[in-house]
Amino acid sequence: MSATSILLQFLNGLAGASALFLVAAGLSLIFGVTRIVNFAHGSLVMLGMYLAVALSEVVGFWWALPCAALAVAGLGALIESVLLRRLYRAPELLQLLATFALVLIIRDYALWQWGPEDLLGPRAPGMAGAVTIIGQPFPAYDLFLIAVGPAVLGALWLLLTRTRWGTLVRAATQDREMASALGVNQRLQFTSVFALGALLAGLGGALQLPREPATLKVDLAVVSDAFVVVVVGGLGSLPGAFVAALLIAEVKAFCIALGYSKLTLVVEFLIMALVLVLRPWGLMGRMPAPARGPAALEPPLAAPSPRVLAGLCTLLAALALVPLATTGFTLVLLTDMLVFALFAVSLHFISGPAGLHSFGHAAYFGLGAYGAGILALRIGAPMELSLATAPLLAGGGALLFGWFCVRLSGIYLAMLTLAFAQIAWSVAFQWDAVTGGSNGLIGIWPAPWLASKAAYFWLVLALACAAIALLWRALHSPFGYALRAARDSPLRADAIGIDARALQWAAFTVAGLFAGIAGALHAFSKGSISPESMAVARSVDGLVMVLLGGIQTLTGPLWGAALFTWLQDALARGFDYWRAAIGCVILALVLALPGGLGSLGGLLKRQGRA
Amino acid sequence: MSVLQVSGLSKSFGGVHAVRNVSFAVVAGELLAMIGPNGAGKSTCFNLINGQLTPDAGRVLLEGRSITGLPPRAIWRLGVGRTFQVTATFASMTVRENVQVALLSHARRLPSPFAQAPRLQVAQADALLAQAGMLDQADRPAAVLAYGDLKRLELAIALANRPRLLLMDEPTAGMACGERAALMRLTASLARASAIAVLFTEHDMDTVFTHADRVIVLAGGERIAEGAPAKVRADPRVREAYLGTEALDA
Repeated sequence: MSATSILLQFLNGLAGASALFLVAAGLSLIFGVTRIVNFAHGSLVMLGMYLAVALSEVVGFWWALPCAALAVAGLGALIESVLLRRLYRAPELLQLLATFALVLIIRDYALWQWGPEDLLGPRAPGMAGAVTIIGQPFPAYDLFLIAVGPAVLGALWLLLTRTRWGTLVRAATQDREMASALGVNQRLQFTSVFALGALLAGLGGALQLPREPATLKVDLAVVSDAFVVVVVGGLGSLPGAFVAALLIAEVKAFCIALGYSKLTLVVEFLIMALVLVLRPWGLMGRMPAPARGPAALEPPLAAPSPRVLAGLCTLLAALALVPLATTGFTLVLLTDMLVFALFAVSLHFISGPAGLHSFGHAAYFGLGAYGAGILALRIGAPMELSLATAPLLAGGGALLFGWFCVRLSGIYLAMLTLAFAQIAWSVAFQWDAVTGGSNGLIGIWPAPWLASKAAYFWLVLALACAAIALLWRALHSPFGYALRAARDSPLRADAIGIDARALQWAAFTVAGLFAGIAGALHAFSKGSISPESMAVARSVDGLVMVLLGGIQTLTGPLWGAALFTWLQDALARGFDYWRAAIGCVILALVLALPGGLGSLGGLLKRQGRA
Repeated sequence: MSVLQVSGLSKSFGGVHAVRNVSFAVVAGELLAMIGPNGAGKSTCFNLINGQLTPDAGRVLLEGRSITGLPPRAIWRLGVGRTFQVTATFASMTVRENVQVALLSHARRLPSPFAQAPRLQVAQADALLAQAGMLDQADRPAAVLAYGDLKRLELAIALANRPRLLLMDEPTAGMACGERAALMRLTASLARASAIAVLFTEHDMDTVFTHADRVIVLAGGERIAEGAPAKVRADPRVREAYLGTEALDA
């Protein structure tokens, strides 16, 4: 590679860094003040892109930029004041879930408004050509983009240090409680910060138009990138976000230039994992101010009463009889429900009692599924052996990733689990020779004696129930007690000889192993696997199931998994915009029943007494 | 032989010398009170002994064996129980379960994933709770306990590993007068009966001078006095540390 092309790639990376910085800066500002990690931030970027395309036909490209950004800012203010304001006191998992519901709704809105095809944006008038740098052509618009990043950083810096509003925002970022105690009007502050963050997202999206078309898939891709930037730079730190955006964008640019474009995602997330392990609060982040007063109180986790156990056994018996009545679609749906019930229970195992909020649990589901498929198709192992071995692959993955993850806690842990899941996904997506790439694997069928729907259903019923029973048993074993103890009070746990990290690592591995069982069962029931089975959306599905049922109840994940699987199926079959419908259901549940379905019983009881 | 022997202990945070060259010892069955004004270095001293902090210099010996720089969980295994200034208990678990966890940890049974925890160590847990006067509340969640009861629960937890040394950081803060005396009498009788060395900090001087066998006084991170309660009370340096020179001059 010549010096000239290195320089051009460097400039190319700088241009990419600008938009990334704008988006990450918005995410970081919003998190700093409201403590909400806005999953829908990528959706705001996407809206900015589509709006800019639409508006540039009316007012021209340059006017479309501020107009689109302002429109997205207005939407941001609306989202904050109508929805998020009700959730500031809710557990952080519920907040993430609510913003993920917005992702679903906004994506389906864009689908309805602009259709499924990518929209090509206009060229920037006056900057459509190229300038010559040391004899090589370089797009003029990219030079403009390179200037935008530092300009926005400077403007934000002035806003935050030279205005009263900015001083209050910095105060709230450092210590929200103290700022509020000193009389800062939080409503106005939160709404305005969210609007500013949305403005930056919208602008970041609109500015990208001359470089890439508006597409529906941009939302989750951009928000994963922005997560990486914000976490690498340090949550709440704007200079950190700038440095990290430069770092990530340059790494991307050079990976592509050197012909390793397939590695970009892996390299990007490896950087994040490395930074988090060495500097858990990011390159320029600080350890967050400790929360005052008692920590969030988790309700006790009661062992199931004899009545509940009897009910579950009756249900089990009834399920075992279903294949005698029907072998039609109901049986397929019930098989799915059982598989996802196991997936949800394994996620609940670590996110509830162990307090490790995983945002990448689908990685282990996917490792189990791909493990089964690869063993069966590529090595030709018998189905029984594949089914037994594949979960070990998932457990091995969890053992490796878990070692890093248990070194962090809270939102940082959530992001690291997400990062590892993205690595696993990108490997599955790109390693054509082994995983089949974006097509996945097809033709993974069970052994002849399990080939009938009824026989396979019985296998799933037996394995899922046994696995769930084991996990529940472990929660009420000394091991489970110690996990809850380490979650409730790390200080006390340490003072009575509990090695919290070792236990949590073990729990993470166990949860991965059991998710792997669910994944392997799923692969053989569908006959195929695609990378979708380990995508971010699948991880979030799992969280929705757990939270629907109630994270601190034992049986909640079962009902959550059953309801969600049914809902997804029923909506997806009859309705083009089923994702938005699921988003609305999630929002309704988060707002009306923050304790999950499991809390419904208690709620009704209290109402009855009143 | 002393149960706890601390020699030349020092710790700085940036330019602040929180603890400077502190030495003392506690023998079995003895209650040693560590007192001093706010910021004297008492809590730092505790955290250095129990392993939450690593000293810059000095040694901590437990029954002649160095525990300097070990993590808290290793120090606990060697027989050091601790209660905290701000109570630290497992809020989502019942009072009995709190003690059961500590007992299970002591018995090295925590890694076992299949045993039925609710049935393990119940009698031992109840015995400890009875000792601390908490048996009648054994089935309540720790989250709903009154502050004084949390302190008693912490004592029960701290006794679960049959400690040789008990570190109690403000054991009676937030308790009523009668409760304080009862808790300290209980501690003293346990210390005598099981030959436990007790090191405690306390702001309430009545409690200190009534129940401590000996008193060590810290000020500005340094030991300024040590001895029998009556002797320490009469020491002019102690009065100066608490009241300031101006007050003495006036």
